Amino acid sequence: MINAQKLRQDFPILSRQIHGQPLVYLDNAATTQKPRAVIEALKRYYETTNANIHRGVHTLSEEATDQYEDVRAKVAQFINAPEHDPSQILFTRNATEAINLVARAWGGENLKPGDEILLTVMEHHSNLIPWYLIAKEKGARTVFVDIDEQGFLRMEEFKKKLTSRTKIVAVTHASNVLGTINPVAEIGKLAHDAGTLFLVDGAQSVPHLPMDVQKIGADFLAFSAHKMLGPTGVGVLYGRKELLEAMPPFLGGGEMISKVTLGEAAWNEVPWKYEAGTPNIADVIAFGAALDYLQEIGMETVQKHEQELVSYALRVLSALEEIVLYGPAKPEQRTGVVSFNVGTIHPHDISQILDSRGIAIRAGHHCAQPLMRRLNVVATARASFYLYNTPQEIDLLVEALKEARKFFGHVARTRT
Amino acid sequence: MLPEPELDDLYRDIILDHYRQPRNRGKLPKADLSGEGYNPLCGDEVTLQLIVDNGKVRQVMFEGRGCSISQASTSMMTEIIKGKTIAEVREMIELFKAMMTKDQPAAPELGDLEALEGVRKFPVRVKCATLAWNVLQDILKEVKSKK
Ligand SMILES: Cc1ncc(COP(=O)(O)O)c(C=O)c1O
Repeated sequence: MINAQKLRQDFPILSRQIHGQPLVYLDNAATTQKPRAVIEALKRYYETTNANIHRGVHTLSEEATDQYEDVRAKVAQFINAPEHDPSQILFTRNATEAINLVARAWGGENLKPGDEILLTVMEHHSNLIPWYLIAKEKGARTVFVDIDEQGFLRMEEFKKKLTSRTKIVAVTHASNVLGTINPVAEIGKLAHDAGTLFLVDGAQSVPHLPMDVQKIGADFLAFSAHKMLGPTGVGVLYGRKELLEAMPPFLGGGEMISKVTLGEAAWNEVPWKYEAGTPNIADVIAFGAALDYLQEIGMETVQKHEQELVSYALRVLSALEEIVLYGPAKPEQRTGVVSFNVGTIHPHDISQILDSRGIAIRAGHHCAQPLMRRLNVVATARASFYLYNTPQEIDLLVEALKEARKFFGHVARTRT
Repeated sequence: MLPEPELDDLYRDIILDHYRQPRNRGKLPKADLSGEGYNPLCGDEVTLQLIVDNGKVRQVMFEGRGCSISQASTSMMTEIIKGKTIAEVREMIELFKAMMTKDQPAAPELGDLEALEGVRKFPVRVKCATLAWNVLQDILKEVKSKK
């Protein structure tokens, strides 16, 4: 069990006031807040260890290199990478860059005209646009699996669309709009049986549930540190070792080479082959503190806490007049993300009223325009929870939504 | 109740009135000029149609989906440009945009549109208020050549 009230004290920002009221932060799917341990790790690094890594033969450089590489090992363990081998963990700027890396480096080498990339209508733009770009360049096609009325992937359709032309399946583990948890283990098995690769967008799952890349059969897994208590500017790409070894580099520069002559170069070993230039050393090291923090609590406990919050939120929100809730009805089938609309009030207007009461939610298309179109809405409001949120905060959300209805309510009736 | 003075700056009564009862909303069977705009940030969409007669805006209608600010701004815009010459409308666009983006106080010619001045305190909403105006500016570009 999580004692959220106690945990909150670890997060300095949560004692902030917004427009004279305590901050109620319900925009965790966009980015999470940072515990003191992470902020202090950053400060400690700059105050005691700052140096470039893998280069200097001096104490600071060696210490910084060790700390940076330790985090790689921690990540390998956190997601249960095969043999916990850290060389399968690449640091990028964010999940988006991790997916671009695969699309460019793997797709650039392996996609041919007529090949298909199998995606779903619930993907974030991050797991769409990199594929559109490479597909266009290579004459490959993007193919999409639809969702049903509850927000689940249509698995029969998936099976039909998975063919000998499919070269990679790229699917989000959890939807950033619907909260749906996709059956990634089943998808992974189907993909491998069909002889294709499987990329999992873990941006909305790795922060919220126990991750085991072996169990789900992911060949690639992408996620962002800033959505799991870590600093901005750090993303992770896990890739199966033989794939990473076979793929060409993504960016060229220092660090990623072993030997350079005039006009030619040989690549460094994985993972360094993919980390050109000076990486985000400080933020990677601070990300290590975020992983420690999460591991200390335990990801099962985190998931359980969020499920309790979602279960409560679905119950009290569904009692509101004119509310439309998106995504699966059962809390066990989703993460801590709840998207909704209230009457015809635009989500922007809802969000503005909530902000005046110190409540931060997200309003808009959530970088998932194809999904918005599929749901036949221009936008939704979205509350998303994390380990420090409480049922009391959900009560405040509900109260504020009632106010918003009073404020804009009659609009809903006069305009249809 | 909403005690926040700031919110009241944004949601002035006249804005809510236009949002609840938009003027000139609908579709013209035939138009001389038309265009549409989209605000990717919030998904606001607006389509404008104009009938121009003798250098004056004789008829204007809009359709679209969006937040209260974008809908109200569009509705108020259609009201104020009706009957005006193209040159006057262009001037109005300049004045409105100057108010929204250049921190200039509302010009008297803007009339009720002055109510949107408060939107400036909410920078992300400025795009909602200017969406229809940008569409109008765009479609008027065709006027000279069409004449
Ligand atoms: C499902 C999903 N994928 C990818 C991303 C992209 O994450 P980032 O912006 O950190 O690269 C997000 C973040 O919003 C997301 O929700």
